[in-house]
Amino acid sequence: MGRDELAALVARDIPPGSFVNLGIGQPTTVADHLPAGSGVVLHTENGMLGMGPAAHGDEIDPDLTNAGKMPVTELPGASYFHHADSFAMMRGGHLDVCVLGAFQVSGRGDLANWHTGAPDAIPAVGGAMDLATGAKQVFVMMTLFAKDGTPKLVPECTYPLTGLACVSRVYTDLAVFHIDPGGVTVVETYGTSAAELASRLEVAVRTLDREP
Amino acid sequence: MTAVFTDPGEAVAGIADGSTVLIGGFGMAGMPVQLIDALIRQGATGLTVVSNNAGNGDTGLAALLSAGRVRKMICSFPRQSDSWVFDGLYRAGKIELEVVPQGTLAERMRAAGAGIGAFYCPTGVGTPLAEGKETRTIDGRDHVLEYPIKGDVALIAAHAGDRMGNLVYRKTARNFGPVMATAATLTIAQVHHVVETGELDPEAVVTPCIYVDRILDLNAKEATP
Repeated sequence: MGRDELAALVARDIPPGSFVNLGIGQPTTVADHLPAGSGVVLHTENGMLGMGPAAHGDEIDPDLTNAGKMPVTELPGASYFHHADSFAMMRGGHLDVCVLGAFQVSGRGDLANWHTGAPDAIPAVGGAMDLATGAKQVFVMMTLFAKDGTPKLVPECTYPLTGLACVSRVYTDLAVFHIDPGGVTVVETYGTSAAELASRLEVAVRTLDREP
Repeated sequence: MTAVFTDPGEAVAGIADGSTVLIGGFGMAGMPVQLIDALIRQGATGLTVVSNNAGNGDTGLAALLSAGRVRKMICSFPRQSDSWVFDGLYRAGKIELEVVPQGTLAERMRAAGAGIGAFYCPTGVGTPLAEGKETRTIDGRDHVLEYPIKGDVALIAAHAGDRMGNLVYRKTARNFGPVMATAATLTIAQVHHVVETGELDPEAVVTPCIYVDRILDLNAKEATP
């Protein structure tokens, strides 16, 4: 499944009327697939609710950017607030969903997405830990396998952690997984089967009863 | 009593070597570029700078870093596509780095401004950024003890101020400004224009004047022939 289709899939699963933070990069594209009238309100952690689409041409205002520092627009009903308030609403459990990218997710829902741990890498965390810890639901978008073929859904993360047991859903090019205290469940597959995925992953995965 | 300056050099006078300087802005939005340029000319060195990022491009905070005035950066996100100045200093071992989760960074400054001794925060539990920190389980959830970050100086940018020092901001350029204003001994705000006392709607004031010591009026400077 392509990146665009994956973004559409995540958008489909965001409940109408949710307050949502979309992470930098691929998660940002989910906004393009939210249906008109969904009532979803986008939060950007640099201090805004009611964020609109990317700004172009005359709309560009250096005082109005998203978390990726790209120019954006405001929608009717938007509000602005300072950083401590922005993260208080996140940490305080007021944000319904955040969508993040990941290097790895563990079978318990541990997330690693901020640092490769390479000795020459400059660590930079931004709001990743705050989002992982604070949002009521954390959705991850990633490819299921790294470029070298190793799975990114793993029994234990080997990269430095961002948050513990925080991820509830993982959207990948090959399958959608739900994670809860009981473990990992394959919910949908694309161009593969749950049995084939189970054989390629080291983490134990269950299948939904309704799947043949 | 807030002092209004039109000369950037006067606005930053007296900042001592070794100061902890809180610098507003998220990327370039809300970055007090004129105050930073004045600080470079003023010459204070050995600074600890607290800011979300570690400079973009070659101006503003990046120029302060490039001038070799910063001993240590405390920030959430130093590594960016245009952070080559910091990257070079860091790889050459010429600058110390403390990475703090973005919300914890804001809250540590909020705590400093609000007189909170320390606070337990769930962010970062079980990660490398919590290593060596005291933890406590509260209501079944693990928390990390975080201490305030207090500045000797805060340099912030606001949209407008009045002569008493009340400030209003514009859109997402507000970001760290209101929090940093509360957390420093000396708060210096650059504004696009200064209005007479009474002209700002009191309901719209975001940073009350009690937090602001000096204002740099950029409009007055631009208006001078």
